[in-house]
Amino acid sequence: MDFDLSDDQRLLADSVTRLMADRYGFEARKAFLKQPDGWSTEMWGRYAELGLLGVPFAEEHGGFGGGAVEVMLVMQELGRALALEPYLATVVLGGTAVRLGGSAAQQAAILPAVAEGTLKLAFAHGERDARYDLSDVQTTAKRGNGGWVLDGAKSVVFHGDSADKLVVSARIKGARDDPDGIGLFLVDAGAQGLARRGYTLRDETRAAEVSLTHVAVADGDVLGEAGAAFPVIERVVETGIAAMGAEAVGAMETMQSMTLEYSRTREQFGKPIGSNQVVQHRLSEMLMALEQGRSMAMLATVSVEDADPAERARNISMAKVGYGQSARFVSQQAIQMHGGIGMTEEYAVGHYFRRAMVIEHTFGDTAFHLARLAAQVE
Amino acid sequence: MDLRFTPEELAFRDEVRAFIRDNLPADIRERMRLGYSPRKQDVIAWQRILNRKGWAALSWPKEWGGPGWSAVQRMIFIEENQAAPAPELLSFNITMLGPVLIQFGTEEQKRRFLPRAANLDDWWCQGFSEPGAGSDLASLKTAARREGDHYVVNGSKIWTSTAHNADWCFVLVRTNPNAAKRQEGISFLLVDMKTPGITVRPIISIDGAHHLNEVFFDDVKVPVEMRIHEENRGWDVAKFLLGNERTGIARLGKSRERVAAAKEAARAVRFNGKPLIEDPTFRQRVAQLEVDMKALQITQYRVVSAGAKKSDGRPDPLSSVLKVKGTELLQSTTELAMDAAGPLAMPIWAQELAEMANEPDMLAEAAEQAAGNYLFLRAASIYGGTNEIQKNILSKAVLRL
Repeated sequence: MDFDLSDDQRLLADSVTRLMADRYGFEARKAFLKQPDGWSTEMWGRYAELGLLGVPFAEEHGGFGGGAVEVMLVMQELGRALALEPYLATVVLGGTAVRLGGSAAQQAAILPAVAEGTLKLAFAHGERDARYDLSDVQTTAKRGNGGWVLDGAKSVVFHGDSADKLVVSARIKGARDDPDGIGLFLVDAGAQGLARRGYTLRDETRAAEVSLTHVAVADGDVLGEAGAAFPVIERVVETGIAAMGAEAVGAMETMQSMTLEYSRTREQFGKPIGSNQVVQHRLSEMLMALEQGRSMAMLATVSVEDADPAERARNISMAKVGYGQSARFVSQQAIQMHGGIGMTEEYAVGHYFRRAMVIEHTFGDTAFHLARLAAQVE
Repeated sequence: MDLRFTPEELAFRDEVRAFIRDNLPADIRERMRLGYSPRKQDVIAWQRILNRKGWAALSWPKEWGGPGWSAVQRMIFIEENQAAPAPELLSFNITMLGPVLIQFGTEEQKRRFLPRAANLDDWWCQGFSEPGAGSDLASLKTAARREGDHYVVNGSKIWTSTAHNADWCFVLVRTNPNAAKRQEGISFLLVDMKTPGITVRPIISIDGAHHLNEVFFDDVKVPVEMRIHEENRGWDVAKFLLGNERTGIARLGKSRERVAAAKEAARAVRFNGKPLIEDPTFRQRVAQLEVDMKALQITQYRVVSAGAKKSDGRPDPLSSVLKVKGTELLQSTTELAMDAAGPLAMPIWAQELAEMANEPDMLAEAAEQAAGNYLFLRAASIYGGTNEIQKNILSKAVLRL
């Protein structure tokens, strides 16, 4: 057991904290939202300058050589600031797919460009009818044109509208929900037959519906072994769950501190509302939920690199349930303790609330993961 | 960052498990497994076995018989011992009085009481709460009047767990009723339960059992050398005692044990034509509790690990999180075990069961105890500072409200 950060890790955390404190206030964020992609290209450049876009990549790929803990530190700060940029989509999801599934040549071609900030990725896996079932893939990949031809549609692809390259899953063989027979393909956003319709999610981050009509993919753009990509997809999703856990902790911290501050300054009946025991206890309960959620986000982080797939999946599910329930409680209470102002678009707390809501519904909600755990009860 | 135990800690856990497996007397093990509270003789027998091994005085320095364990090792031992399930070390002796004597006691007091406390030659109880002083402990009224080399104690204490088993009691008394602050007129006395003028009256709790008592003091003479620390400075001692060593406060091992008991029952009973353990709703409850146990376990690691690095000796206010979440969890696990018992949770029939059949009906016995545990552990969110008081502590000490 060891909860200490190394010096390098502390430096990393400090530098992100400082960047976000200087540049990512709630007003600045409103301006970022109005930019064409719905996030800040200028901030993206700063992330690149600080090395954040290469945090989990090897040094030979222009990365920081970090692991899940380093990603956690970055995501926690992005969560605190409610950052809009495609960090999860590009570095965590797309990056992990290439890092774990790609050949040496693919990694060398893609990861340095991601780290530099010149290439944005998206993980185009989910489909409309799949809900949270990771093996439910109906998009097809068939041999043709001396490579592969993809047909189908992908749904709620995070930052799929602004990505330069998409990591697309497609079925090569097998039944609709067979884990075996799924491949991952690198597809340029401008590829013929690929169409994207971008939109805003509830939390103001961007996503896209992606349709693929006879999209040709060369053999060199298949990630890993064609048809055996499912374990990589699981790892990508697990890594995403861990990263979102850290982001949720950051968001909960901000909601907690905003609510605490509000309870000290908002006066009713001639005294701060925080002098009422009922409010004090609610804030204590938020604190407890936050700390339990933090513990679970840590569990997800340390589990990502666990070599035992069953143990890893179990801990990731536990973590998703735990931090999801914490985030739901903290965010609901944050609005309740603020009263009417918490309900408004102009005030920040509701925006954090909506980010927590989106996180909870990504890669399996509480009910999904709880059911998965329940199936394993012995 | 690493949440796993080190190989050394894993080896230690295995050593503890093996020792408990090989040394816990079979009859005690069987009763504990069925969910019974350990009897007085069970608690004494097990603590003496542990003391012979050098493990009883778990948080004491080596010179007073402590095992020299780290905070993590103590946490592992407590959890394994609860989960076994084995009788817990008598907390009055080990986590309350012992550290107080080591911190505040005179050499004579230490020599006289510490070895006997470790070996449970003396059974201690805690005389803190009074009818008019529950959560507001500093309003206590039991008075000690100085007469020569004695104090004369008058008043009453309540909720005194195991006073009916106890040889000695550490008692908070008011020695200066005129102090400027209520906290400044309190002293900490050690009282021999055989002293004339002490009456112990049982309080039967809602589980039908006798854990609690009222203790009356009627002109009870206590020698001055039985006072710990200075006169009127007993509040310092009480604060130290209440803040000291909260490693076991989450009672995770007990929660683990209750979930295991619930699962065992659920394998034996049927629900909708199948074993209850196969019912999705039941499994979902188990899964939720397992998630909650995991979260609490990691939070406990964090508190213990931070505590091991702190040097100011003050309790981590986050241990209030462990108390609240731990007791909520424990209560949920007792609900699960009781619900698994189904209609067998209703009867009080241990005597009749024994007479009705030749073979012991373990399912029925365990069910009866599952209900008993559920009933008695409603106290978990009340004792040791109610969960509402813990939230007050968090509000003040952490949130600064």
